[in-house]
Amino acid sequence: MSVLVNKDSKVIVQGFTGSEGTFHASQMIEYGTNVVGGVTPGKGGQTHLDRPVFNTVEEAVEKAGADVSIIFVPPGFAADAIMEAADAGIKVIVCITEGIPTKDMITAKTYIQGKDCTLIGPNCPGVITPGEAKVGIMPGFIFKKGKIGIVSKSGTLTYEAADQIVKAGYGISTAIGIGGDPIIGTPTKNAVELLMNDPETEAIVMIGEIGGNYEAVASEYIKSTGNKKPVVGFIAGQTAPKGKRMGHAGAIIGGADDTAEAKMKIMAECGIHVVQSPAEIGDMMVKALS
Amino acid sequence: MNIHEYQGKEILAKYGVRIQRGIVADSPDRAVSAYKEIAKMTNSKFAVVKSQIHAGGRGKGKIVGTEQRGVQLAKSPEDVKEISTNLLHNTLVTHQTGPEGKVVNKVLIAEDAYYPGDSEPKEYYMSILLDRAKACNVIMASTEGGMDIEEVAENSPEKIIKEWIDPRVGLQGFQARKVANKLGLTGAANKEMVKFIYALYQAYEGTDSSMFEINPVLKTSDDKILAVDAKVNIDDNALYRQKDIAELRDKSEEDPMEVEASESDLNYVKLDGNVGCMVNGAGLAMATMDIIKLYGGEPANFLDVGGGANAQTVEAGFRIILKDPNVKAIFVNIFGGIVRCDRVANGIVEAYKSIGEIPVPIVVRLQGTNAEEGAKIINESGLKVSSAVKLKEAAELVQSVLK
Repeated sequence: MSVLVNKDSKVIVQGFTGSEGTFHASQMIEYGTNVVGGVTPGKGGQTHLDRPVFNTVEEAVEKAGADVSIIFVPPGFAADAIMEAADAGIKVIVCITEGIPTKDMITAKTYIQGKDCTLIGPNCPGVITPGEAKVGIMPGFIFKKGKIGIVSKSGTLTYEAADQIVKAGYGISTAIGIGGDPIIGTPTKNAVELLMNDPETEAIVMIGEIGGNYEAVASEYIKSTGNKKPVVGFIAGQTAPKGKRMGHAGAIIGGADDTAEAKMKIMAECGIHVVQSPAEIGDMMVKALS
Repeated sequence: MNIHEYQGKEILAKYGVRIQRGIVADSPDRAVSAYKEIAKMTNSKFAVVKSQIHAGGRGKGKIVGTEQRGVQLAKSPEDVKEISTNLLHNTLVTHQTGPEGKVVNKVLIAEDAYYPGDSEPKEYYMSILLDRAKACNVIMASTEGGMDIEEVAENSPEKIIKEWIDPRVGLQGFQARKVANKLGLTGAANKEMVKFIYALYQAYEGTDSSMFEINPVLKTSDDKILAVDAKVNIDDNALYRQKDIAELRDKSEEDPMEVEASESDLNYVKLDGNVGCMVNGAGLAMATMDIIKLYGGEPANFLDVGGGANAQTVEAGFRIILKDPNVKAIFVNIFGGIVRCDRVANGIVEAYKSIGEIPVPIVVRLQGTNAEEGAKIINESGLKVSSAVKLKEAAELVQSVLK
């Protein structure tokens, strides 16, 4: 078992024939992901990476049975790509694109509400269920199969956490990179909830950043489950100054609740095993599971 | 992206928002002619001289080493000349600028909107921003005009009015009326406020803004509603389609090192510590700053070299970090995904050769894609670089080189 993506997922790539799309699609295929084709408007009917190119997502769903999409479309067109995927009936939409205008994301998020789909991202590394499907841009070899789920706003910190978990002798069930933008499809709580309800996931790593209240909401949720699975948590940006955007569009301290300190406090109060140092994630998981 | 008050007001005016009128000037002489024009327009000898910097608190802030406030009232051309001479090209320190302050390159000569009349002038607060949790915009207003909104939120949160905008239909008339009524406005002033809110929201949407803060919004003695100040922040991600606004960027308001870094496509934020760091990925970059602090150092910067790190970006990164005289050590932390560690290692070696002597110790941690090849390149280069594979070991190395 796993969440969001598995070996049966039929994945299409939106922005298939572009350089990013091409590179990562080949990497995903090499990993063993079931990539059934891709979408590039105007290039329908062609073959790319030995797979069919479609003009629209609707066509890809009809003809190739796609149920998962990964988006590499440039920022100005990415919100439209998300809505197209949702309209066509794609169940899991993973948007990698960084730099989408907030106004467009408000529109896209509103549009997909009430539709039977889950949006991961944007501005994220994607989702990986080791040994089954990689729908993202992460280096697959770091993620060994196992029973720890990861939820993270950051790409490279996801790799860091996975590496430490694997070196500590465990493996990963599914790692979900939820993205670092102010508006994302699946906030921390929703991603954690998926893993909480996944029978194959025994413990969870939750990695947040300064800005917003997603981690606080997730912490309250974890507490409400009676902490039925141990959660190890870290918040990046303890040393970040107020009012400065730290790389990710969403990583900015506005008010007091946005700080790493405030978030870590709530997390600890809700029974999460909080680490001060990003180097202690693996060690803390060993403690939490013993 | 931040813009100046006078630029923000110009944008608002284009959308039909009534503003406190003013003319910007970059010399005392120009300030005087601006004053004369304003005086003629308003038929009043009163005008306000306002320092134009990208920070709030200007009215309370002072020019370094003097008692000169950043915003002052003038009654004559002589006043304007004296005040603008005192402000222009000097450094203004406010609670938002930090102790180093910001140089005033321009002043706005603005009309005195607080003239006497049938009713008392009254100040209000209004802002529009993104509510991240609800994924929609929210209008916030308060009768506590001129006050710091965070203080109001802390002491009397019931005085903050919020109206969330449904993205499917946009701002509706009843919402603007609700806000005007809750602010206690009646008669002509109420109608004016409704128009003001409507126009303000159109401006916010039309300019892809991420924040508007109008503090104060003034009800004049003859029941007009106007923006006396305008803090306008534009969504950086939308600048590609807001070309006119993108041109308003004032690089002199930004840290020169941050400007230089952005020209090399590096995401850099200057901090005050002693350990420079170069990292791929924003989250790991913040985490690296945090671990530097936990191991006894202080981060000198945030620097994300991004997914395309190569020899050029690594060299540019080193050059920017080394410009900071406080830097006593550099920590390079790369978790290779798309970025290949061997490429970064080559970048480090080339940067060394090209920069010449790097006077501070460097700790390099390469992990992930091609980490072994990267470590080999570093170890065989003969450079004085300590390397580690685990994050913890690297942090300990940083700690030891600081001693």
